[in-house]
Amino acid sequence: MRRIISVLMENEPGALSRVVGLFSQRGYNIESLTVAPTEDPTLSRMTLTTIGDDHKIEQITKHLNRLIDVVKLVDLTEDAHIERELMLIKVRASGAQRAEIKRCVDIFRGQIIDVTASVYTIQLTGTSEKLDAFYEAVGEASILEVVRSGVSGIARGEKVLGL
Amino acid sequence: MELLSGGDMLMRALADEGVECIFGYPGGAALHIYDALFRQKHIQHILVRHEQAATHAADAYSRSTGRTGVVLVTSGPGATNAITGIATAYMDSIPMVVISGQVPSDKIGEDAFQETDMVGISRPIVKHSFLVKDARDIPTIIKKAFYIASTGRPGPVVVDIPKDITSPATTFEYHFPDKVKLRSYTPAQRGHAGQIKKALQLLLQAKRPIIYAGGGVVQGNASAQLTELARRLNAPVTNTLMGLGAFPGTDKQFLGMLGMHGTVEANYAMHHSDVILAVGARFDDRVTNTPSKFCPSAKIIHIDIDPASISKTVAADIPIVGPVDAVLNEMLDLHKHAEEKQDQEALALWWQQINEWRDRYGLLVKPRYSMGDMIKPQEVISMLWEVTQGDAYVTSDVGQHQMFSALYYPFDKPRRWINSGGLGTMGFGLPAAMGVQYAFRDATVACVTGEGSIQMCIQELSTCTQYHLPVKIICLNNQALGMVKQWQDMQYNSRYSESLYEESLPDFVKLMDAYGHVGIRVTKREELRAKMEECFAMKDRTVFMDIYVDPTEHVYPMHIAPNGSMRDMWLNKTERT
Repeated sequence: MRRIISVLMENEPGALSRVVGLFSQRGYNIESLTVAPTEDPTLSRMTLTTIGDDHKIEQITKHLNRLIDVVKLVDLTEDAHIERELMLIKVRASGAQRAEIKRCVDIFRGQIIDVTASVYTIQLTGTSEKLDAFYEAVGEASILEVVRSGVSGIARGEKVLGL
Repeated sequence: MELLSGGDMLMRALADEGVECIFGYPGGAALHIYDALFRQKHIQHILVRHEQAATHAADAYSRSTGRTGVVLVTSGPGATNAITGIATAYMDSIPMVVISGQVPSDKIGEDAFQETDMVGISRPIVKHSFLVKDARDIPTIIKKAFYIASTGRPGPVVVDIPKDITSPATTFEYHFPDKVKLRSYTPAQRGHAGQIKKALQLLLQAKRPIIYAGGGVVQGNASAQLTELARRLNAPVTNTLMGLGAFPGTDKQFLGMLGMHGTVEANYAMHHSDVILAVGARFDDRVTNTPSKFCPSAKIIHIDIDPASISKTVAADIPIVGPVDAVLNEMLDLHKHAEEKQDQEALALWWQQINEWRDRYGLLVKPRYSMGDMIKPQEVISMLWEVTQGDAYVTSDVGQHQMFSALYYPFDKPRRWINSGGLGTMGFGLPAAMGVQYAFRDATVACVTGEGSIQMCIQELSTCTQYHLPVKIICLNNQALGMVKQWQDMQYNSRYSESLYEESLPDFVKLMDAYGHVGIRVTKREELRAKMEECFAMKDRTVFMDIYVDPTEHVYPMHIAPNGSMRDMWLNKTERT
């Protein structure tokens, strides 16, 4: 099962490599990973998505908690949560294709953020599934380049991951 | 306030932390530190002959005393040589602080002379690591390093210090913190009261209980509590390789070691038990055999300081996270007021069954070896126990001799059996014996080894000369890598691929002479006792006993793997359970 684990950790050099090292060392997968400082500059927030059964996820969270740099963590997928991913995508757009792609972008509520005579650069946010769906809709043939940010997530409602 | 250079601050901080000795080896990037060491009086330094030995010696110093071992090495090769010892300490959860010199800050990343990314290389085998970026941080980092290394589940901590940080050219105000607090690190102080209560209830209801205690009981200083609980419950006790000595080895409630080379009675009792109390043990693959077949009718209570150890390979029915001493104290308190009574009849039947197994399969009832002309390795260990009155510190290397020691030398006290259990590091024994002997100058310290393992750190004989460390080396010489050869006998049709030394072994007696020590060769059984007594009578000399033992001997019992359960064992070369 796919899980989203949110980690609050010390914003120290080496902290990220300890987390990534743990995954490779113990044979866990990382599907995606995003990390940036929080409103408190001494803390970083990391969101990582991984795949595993309950036993494996329990081991992952226990081992993450064991790292001295990890302050707190939560498995967002255990509860209602919001997840978003940002995608920047460059597609070939000329002739009749231009209108077609524009319509597709509107349907997915994306934005065309850069234009040349033959290329559109599109920005799209949403769940990973939505980004996959857009990718399908546009068709592989016209895609020139794709950049995805990886998933960021937050719990719904009043729940807060903080100190 | 006093002004100190980074190097002086480091030394002062170590002294303020209570450090008495450091095992180490100097080199370019550590020279400022070594100069600061020279100019102070509080801390002794033991110069080893290879950095690996420094880590093993500090590790064993820690295992025998309970204090944190300290290592000081230089950058590059000094640091990488220390890696094996750091990994050894990590696998066995030994508190250790390793200080490594590093190239100057402005050279880091430039492939400078003797540069290596120590923090990166050591990352998977340390509990935590620090790269010092400002000399002013040294006292706090040292305080944190010792705090992290010695609390919770202990482990090694690396402090990497670039050379410019320790330079005598700049001085700073020195202040050593009384306490440190890390918001991201708060090891459990006690176990969950409800879980402890449930656990005790289950133990009192048990008809066939067993206590399975590991290295955590030794590290957590909980032997007294464990022994008391075992007595009150009249439960049989088995120890892991790391736990030997946690419960008195000569006690009638003790079944011996369990696991791959455990005793039949211990493995049978585990397999047939209905409640297992696992304390400071981690259900290692060398214990459980096939996890899915592990103790089918047992409910498992698991006490451990590290939540990640619980339900890792075998699911626990009642997990208790906390320091083993605190949890056992609480359990003992509850036991005083417990209303539930044990089923004495069932317990008597259980003991009857265990004693039957003992009478039938016990190591000493029915020796696992036949007596011929050749000296048997097992009898050497039994004799070692007799000659040292069971009161020596015994360090071991890795292989057959290690298992023979674990089986045939019953340890009545914790911190007496010093071996590399988790990583299985050959070369551990001699430097470990040095670390123990340095801590206990008047104690009897024996290093049981083989002619293979001893050669992995034999250069330390010179360190023994320099510091007058009168360790006794008991070498079970079978002219082969015994354990490798045993597996080749059992699984590879006796194809001895690179496990024989043929005629290449050194004359150990002459070698000892060269180092200024005493060498004794024993080839005849009838000479063994007299020569061993002679060896231990030389209290102030380092002595090497080169004992030629039967090269065909195997370690038994031995788990049948793969797919075997705890009770599936080879009893000798032809019989199995």
